Amino acid sequence: MRRTFRIWRSDPQDPKRGAFRDYEVEVQHAWTVLDALNEIKWRQDGTLAFRRSCRHGICGSCAMTINGKNDLACELQVSACKGSVITVEPLKSFPVLRDLVVDQSDFFARHESIKPWLINHRTPPTDKERLQSPEDRKLIDGTWECILCGSCTSSCPVYWSSQQFLGPAAILKAYRYVFDSRDEGLEERLQMLDNRFGLWRCHTIFNCVEACPKALNPTEAIVKLRRRVVSEKI
Amino acid sequence: MAAASERHRHDVVIVGAGIAGLYAALKASERYDTAVVSKVYPTRSHSGAAQGGCAASLGNMQEDSWEWHLYDTVRGSDFLGDQDAQEILVREAVPVIYEMEHLGMPFSRTPQGKIAQRPFGGHYSNFGKGEIARSCYAADRTGHAQLHTLYEQCVKHGVRFYNEFYMTQLLMKDGVCLGLVAWDFQGGGLHVFHSRATLLATGGYARAWKITTNAHANTGDGLSLVLRSGLPLEDMEFVQFHPTGIYPHGILVSEAARGEGGLLYNGLNERFMDKYAKAKMELAPRDVVSRAEQSEIDEGRGVNGKPYLNLDLRHLGAAKILEVLPQIHELALKFCGLDCTKVPIPIQPSAHYSMGGIPTRTDTRVVLDENATVVPGLFAAGECACVSVHGANRLGTNSTLECCVYGRRAGIAMLEYLGSVPTEAAPLPADPDGESRAEMERLLSKDGKGEVPADLREALQVGMTDRCGIFRNANDLEAELAEVRALRDRFSKVRVSDHDPRCNTELIEALELGHMLDFSVTTVAGALARNECRGAHWRKDHPGRNDTEWLKHTFSWLDPKGDVRLAYRPVVINRFQPEERKY
Repeated sequence: MRRTFRIWRSDPQDPKRGAFRDYEVEVQHAWTVLDALNEIKWRQDGTLAFRRSCRHGICGSCAMTINGKNDLACELQVSACKGSVITVEPLKSFPVLRDLVVDQSDFFARHESIKPWLINHRTPPTDKERLQSPEDRKLIDGTWECILCGSCTSSCPVYWSSQQFLGPAAILKAYRYVFDSRDEGLEERLQMLDNRFGLWRCHTIFNCVEACPKALNPTEAIVKLRRRVVSEKI
Repeated sequence: MAAASERHRHDVVIVGAGIAGLYAALKASERYDTAVVSKVYPTRSHSGAAQGGCAASLGNMQEDSWEWHLYDTVRGSDFLGDQDAQEILVREAVPVIYEMEHLGMPFSRTPQGKIAQRPFGGHYSNFGKGEIARSCYAADRTGHAQLHTLYEQCVKHGVRFYNEFYMTQLLMKDGVCLGLVAWDFQGGGLHVFHSRATLLATGGYARAWKITTNAHANTGDGLSLVLRSGLPLEDMEFVQFHPTGIYPHGILVSEAARGEGGLLYNGLNERFMDKYAKAKMELAPRDVVSRAEQSEIDEGRGVNGKPYLNLDLRHLGAAKILEVLPQIHELALKFCGLDCTKVPIPIQPSAHYSMGGIPTRTDTRVVLDENATVVPGLFAAGECACVSVHGANRLGTNSTLECCVYGRRAGIAMLEYLGSVPTEAAPLPADPDGESRAEMERLLSKDGKGEVPADLREALQVGMTDRCGIFRNANDLEAELAEVRALRDRFSKVRVSDHDPRCNTELIEALELGHMLDFSVTTVAGALARNECRGAHWRKDHPGRNDTEWLKHTFSWLDPKGDVRLAYRPVVINRFQPEERKY
C-alpha cells in the first residue's frame, strides 16, 4: 500500500529551523515506520538522518514523534498509523542536531545526576548473592525495564516549560534504586529529588505514561517516591 | 576535512560499550584513565537485546557443577572449543554472576531469595544426562539489565565515554597497537585516540545476512579493521542461526520460550524435533534445531506453504507467559499482531551469533598468528573475539557469560599489562589518521556518480543467506566467494549522496558496508576450505564430522586485493576427547 510520510528536515545551516518534506513509500506487509524510513533513506534520499539500531524496541535509539505521539519507529506498524499522511518529527524539547536526530546529552546527564547505581555500604557476602525475596524484587518491576529512549521526558509539559526539571525518566530510574530492597541511598539521592526541580515539579499530567513505548508508569513512580520521601521525613 | 584531527590520550581505550567493553572498563578504571569509544550511546548496545539469561552453575534450583557446564559447552561446541578457555568460562561464571548481583543487577529470584535459574537448550545435568536450570535471568530482559547495571557502574567510577564515535582505523606502529582513529558522528571529524592499551569489544557481525536477529549496528567493524591491519581472524566460517527468529523479520524470540516449555510444530502439526533429536527435542542445541527447521521448510512442511514453523506457548497459560516471558508476548504482539497466549508464533532460523572473530589468548591478548604470538597493546573480548569458548556452535546463555567473564578478564589483563610497560605510550606514526582521511574524502567526494551502498549491501545479504547459510556446498561457496570479491571491487567506487559531515548516517552505513564485505570474504573462504560438518558449519557435499583432518581452528588473512591466506591451529583438548554428538 502506498503511504505518504511527511518528515521534518532541518535546515543544514541552522538546525533550529527546517520544514517538512513528503515522501511516498510503497509499504510492504508487516512494515514498521522504521522499515519505511530505511526505504526512503536507501532508495529515495540518502541525506535523511535518523538513529536506529536494534529494530525491536530494546535499544531506544529510534524514539521520535509520529503522528503527534512519541514512539519507537521500529515498533510501530505502519498499518496502525491513522490518516493519509504520516507525520514524523524529532522528539520535542530536545535540541535538534539534524532532521530526526536530537541531542540527548542533557537527558543522559539528568539520568546520571540521580546516582543510578546501587548504594549499599555493607560488604556483600563472599561467594554468594545477597538475598532478595520475590516480593521485594517485584517492587522494582515496571522501572528497571526503562530503555532510556527519552519519549517520556520529551512529552512532559513541565519539562517543556522548565528544562531544569529532572524529568520522568530520571525519576523513574531513581525509583528503581530507592525501592530496591538492597539499596541504602535514599538520603544521598534526596538532594536531587527533594527540591523544586525534582519530585515536586511534576503536575501529574500523565503524558509520560501515554508516551512510554514500554508501557511503564513514571507518574506512579513519582507519586510513590513523594510518599516515601514524606514518610522518611516524619 | 582538512582541519587537523583532535587528539586524545588515555591509558586505556575500549571500543564498544556492550557488556564486554563495559565490564573491562569497570575493572581498568580501578587504576587507570579509561575511555570507551562507542558508535552508539552505551545503553543502545546490542548486548541489551540478550533475553534469556546468563549461564552459571550456581545450583540454586537443583544440584549443578562447573564440570557439567564444561562438558555441555565442550560438546555444544562440537569439540572445536579450546577446553582451557572453556574451563575458565564455566569456573569464573559463578563468582562473576555473584559480582554482577553485588553490582546491583536486578535478577529474578527464587522463593528463598536466591538468583532464579531456568533451563536452556544444550545445558544438562550429570554430563548430558538429566535436566538442569542453569540460566540466571532477569525475566526475559537479562542482557538489558546487565548492560544498564554495568553502564551505570562505569558512570559511577568516572569512565570517560565518547558516544557516537565510529572507529575507522587501528593505529599500529612497529607491531604495537597505539590506539585508534574514530569519526565523530555528531560533530563530523576525525579524532585520534592515543593509548597504551586498546581493547576491541565491537560485537558481532550477523548483519551480513538478510534474515538476522542482529541490530543494524552489528557490522563486524572491529574484525575488518583487524584484517586491514594485516592481522588474522579465526574460525570465521562458524555463524550461528537462531532457531526462533520471528517470521518474516528475523527478530529474536528467546530460547527461554523453549526453556520454559514452548514446543515447535511444522505445517502438518507434527512436533518434528522427534525426527532430529529424540531425547532432547526442542532443547537440543541451536545448530541442531535450526537445521531441523530448515529441513522441514526445504522439504515443503512449512506452515501454510510458507518458509516458517510454529512456536507454541499456549499450554503454558497466559499467567506464566506474562510473568516469565513478557517481552516475547510484547514482540509477537507488535511484530506479528499476534497474542501468543492464544495462537502460536511464526518462526524461522535467523542469523544470530558469530563464533569466530579476533583470535586471542585466554588473557584476551590478541595474537597475530597460529602460534599465539601476541600483539603488544591490543586486546579483544566478547562476541568480536575468538578465544575460543564456543568452537563450532555456541550454547544459549553462554554469550552474555563470555562477555562478563572475558570482558572482566580483559580489564584485569590490561591493568597487569599497564603495570609492566612504560608510563608513556610510544610516539604515534607521522600522519596517524591519513588512511582514514583518505577514505572519508573518497566516500564524501562529489566526483562522478558512484555505486549506491544500499544495492551492494542487499546483494551481500542475499548472497550470504542463499549460499553461505545453514546448508552449504562447494558450488555455492565458490560462487559466493567470487560475488563478495566482486562487490568489494564495486565498493571502491561507492559514493554517498550526503556531503554534510555532521550526523551523516549514510557515511556511517557506507563504512559499515565496507567492513561487512571484508570479513565476509574470510567467512566464505573458510567455509569453502572446511570439507566437513561441524556445529553450525554444515557442508551437504561433505557429510559427517572429520576429526582426522578438521579438528583445528581456521586462521585467515585478507590482502588488499581480496585474496585470503589460510592457516590452522590445533584445538586445546585437555579433558574431554571428541565423541559422537547426539541429542
